[in-house]
Amino acid sequence: MSDVAKLLVGSAVERMEDARFLSGSGNFADDLAVEGMLHAAILRSPIAHARILAIDASAALAMPGIRSVITARDIGDVIPIIPLRLAPLPEFEPFRQPVIARDKLRYVGEPIAVVVADSRALAEDALETIGIEFEALSAVTERGASATPLFDFTEDNVALRYDAGFGNADKAFASADYVRTERFSVQRHTALPMETRGLLAEWNSSAGRLVVTGATKVTFYNRRALAQMLGLRQEDIDLIEIDVGGGFGVRGEFYPEDFLIPFAARKLARPVKWIEDRREHLMAINHSRDVACELSLACRSDGMILGLRGRIFADMGAYIRTNGGVVPAKAAQFLPGPYRIPHVSVSVEAFMTSKTPVGTYRGPGRFEANFFRERLIDMAAMDLGIDVAEFRRKNLITEEELPYPIDGLVPYEGPTSYDTGDYVEVFERALKEIGWTEKRHLQGKLIDGVRHGIGLGCFVESGGAGPKENAAVTLERDGSLTVVVGSSVLGQGLETVLGQIAADTLSLPFDRIRVLHGSTTLLDEGFGTYHSRAVVMGGSAVLDAATRLREKILERASNHLGRPNSELKIVNANVIADNGASVSFAALATDSELQADGTFSNNVRTYSYGTHAAHVTVDPRTGAVKILDYIAVEDVGRAINPAIVHGQAIGAIVQGLGGVFLDHLIYDDQGQLLNASLADYLVPTASDFPVLRAVTLELRPSPSNPLGAKGAGEGGIVAVAAATANAVAAALAPLHVEIHHLPLTPPRLWRLIKDARERRTNAA
Amino acid sequence: MTSARPVHFTVNGAAATVAVEPRTTLADALRNELRLTGTHLGCEHGVCGACTVIVDGAAVRGCLMLAAQAEGCEVTTVEGLGSAAHLGALQLAFRKHHALQCGFCTAGILATAHALLTDEPQADEDRIREVISGNLCRCTGYLPIIAAIMEARIAYSDVQREAAQ
Repeated sequence: MSDVAKLLVGSAVERMEDARFLSGSGNFADDLAVEGMLHAAILRSPIAHARILAIDASAALAMPGIRSVITARDIGDVIPIIPLRLAPLPEFEPFRQPVIARDKLRYVGEPIAVVVADSRALAEDALETIGIEFEALSAVTERGASATPLFDFTEDNVALRYDAGFGNADKAFASADYVRTERFSVQRHTALPMETRGLLAEWNSSAGRLVVTGATKVTFYNRRALAQMLGLRQEDIDLIEIDVGGGFGVRGEFYPEDFLIPFAARKLARPVKWIEDRREHLMAINHSRDVACELSLACRSDGMILGLRGRIFADMGAYIRTNGGVVPAKAAQFLPGPYRIPHVSVSVEAFMTSKTPVGTYRGPGRFEANFFRERLIDMAAMDLGIDVAEFRRKNLITEEELPYPIDGLVPYEGPTSYDTGDYVEVFERALKEIGWTEKRHLQGKLIDGVRHGIGLGCFVESGGAGPKENAAVTLERDGSLTVVVGSSVLGQGLETVLGQIAADTLSLPFDRIRVLHGSTTLLDEGFGTYHSRAVVMGGSAVLDAATRLREKILERASNHLGRPNSELKIVNANVIADNGASVSFAALATDSELQADGTFSNNVRTYSYGTHAAHVTVDPRTGAVKILDYIAVEDVGRAINPAIVHGQAIGAIVQGLGGVFLDHLIYDDQGQLLNASLADYLVPTASDFPVLRAVTLELRPSPSNPLGAKGAGEGGIVAVAAATANAVAAALAPLHVEIHHLPLTPPRLWRLIKDARERRTNAA
Repeated sequence: MTSARPVHFTVNGAAATVAVEPRTTLADALRNELRLTGTHLGCEHGVCGACTVIVDGAAVRGCLMLAAQAEGCEVTTVEGLGSAAHLGALQLAFRKHHALQCGFCTAGILATAHALLTDEPQADEDRIREVISGNLCRCTGYLPIIAAIMEARIAYSDVQREAAQ
């Protein structure tokens, strides 16, 4: 038998998850069915801002099959408030969301009542019969647009303002040869995982125990939050993670339903299942982006950047949910990007409106910040008569300058530095891949009725958040291996990746490994999956556990074979001594399993980086954009499974292109969400973006973790708006069109082209 | 209140009878009555394609067809395309190309592709893209899905050739 060691990490093995998904034997939330199960549906606010005067559920309660209608009154005098999981700034505390509306409604989609019935259809039927008496109030849908205070204690609906930075931006701007200031914005959109949310809550009254299945992302945190709200010990609650149909940041945060469904199950002492429908998903799950920016760049006439000033304005929606101010804070932090900018000043204003609350979506803040900065860089380069590639080359941080501190940009975070990398080399690679030298003469050219443009976007982005992750591995009596980890799986192939790490460490065939994840039953403590941390943190914890188990295996084998550890080696699930004697893992574990715990603690972030380049055409008669070529080059330090990393990069590019051209949650001035259906909320389809490429590099491993891995799931999206908008702007430059705002829909581009033409005609 | 009536059809080659209310969709009947939970519901209004199943050879939205309309029909779901231990050619191509990540849209895409290649084993890339554009996927960006379907064509061509002989 051949040695299987050191073969799997770094190779594009097929995923261990796929056989079950491909055969329809996955287990998603809506697949759960237990004896005596009831079904919940949620009555949501149809109005953006109102006082609730009365709720009448008598007609609903009289309908057959209706078991309960739960409103704020049933929950008690104190309505639980959803905590801030990240960036718990005191300013945000009063804006947190209650799990159900009692007196006031603040967005369309806010929960008012929970109907529990014998079937989902009956529960939905009953929703329509619940009478709500409202006193309508004015909706607030824009920054500073209304005198209506959304909360009693605010006058201007601003939840938080802060200034941050380093260096002396005022001085830099005063001494600069060239300064330009522009305003940009990214529209409100959301991640739209294919599986809507869903939960099954089961209350065991005699044991006083609650089990909630369908949880994910941060199960241990959510258990603590739920225990506090329900007045239970966290040991009496388990959150179970099963298959999850996509997360992308939005799924798995603590939402109102994460309290309401368990509450209903305990109240009725019956299992209660709730499955979100797509319409409520679009008004209930976190929205994201929706950031505007006023950005200024100060340069020398030769194109060296001296300073940057950015003012971030973020529409947080009606409440501050678990993610706190992560979206605007990261938008501010990543404004300087991978460039040497000695003087930076940023400010953040997070304001409240009558819309669905905002949270993180893949590349939170980065997608926006890169778009703002890379657009302004192109404008500055154009003004100064410098090639846009040369301008970037001149300002990119060089490897000699790393680690490069970016302290002081986020008030609630400590010092941090860009870690390792060769930003210039990756930039040059992207230029080569897109054919920059050969194609740059096409910029703005009209060929066969369409204008060509090539755009660039550089980025650096953080991942691998600490503080810790835990894992445990068990060599079972049959010689198979069980890996458990506190990281969550949301469909990203983590089982395979962790299996690869364990297989290599223990020289065990991949198909003898089972990976269990996320559930609070598996470990005493887990930290979950966000901020591209699952491989960096969870993978390193599994590596630690497997390394410890390897020692235990060798020790037991040493006793078994009567040879010292130094004469033993592990080959394909067997321990072999120098003298040829051997014992299999299965034989070693026959009488008792062998188990080892592992952990990984780390507060140093990883910084992935790269460059995207896009070649587009724009039809000036219609505003339609076609992507002719797209390349994303990223250094992820180390790719455990290159096919998984590549797949996530391509998927992320397409999600990003959706954010550039399609995805848009549209509100009217009454705060009504106008497109809460998939027929109206557009996302990319198979025919939209057929030509895309991603190159994953492993140039500089991360020094923060033994795998050398950096976050890899978000680099594919963070520079898409930057590169694509620059390409569209380059195509339309001869028509004197500038791009400041997303999405780049055909009507918007057509309007920009028309307006520019009229401006020129009027001027002439 | 309930007015369940029996509906008879064939699912993955086996006769099935479900007693359902008139308003029950085919997807709900398959999932809740027959426990064929491989077919998923992504939007319940016929846009996302996750619930696509094959009815008398045609790919249909399981959420837009009532169970009662399936009376006498032959229905194929993802469970009929191959088990975890014995994946079919299309499923194997999907695994090879990493044409799925979270796996939620996969059943509908497999059903759509199976119906397409059964009818048109020579479908070219544009045709495949056009047909698959009726199914949403949020993870893969579609490229590996198209590559997998392209590769699976040969298996369907062989089946068609054998059938012709």
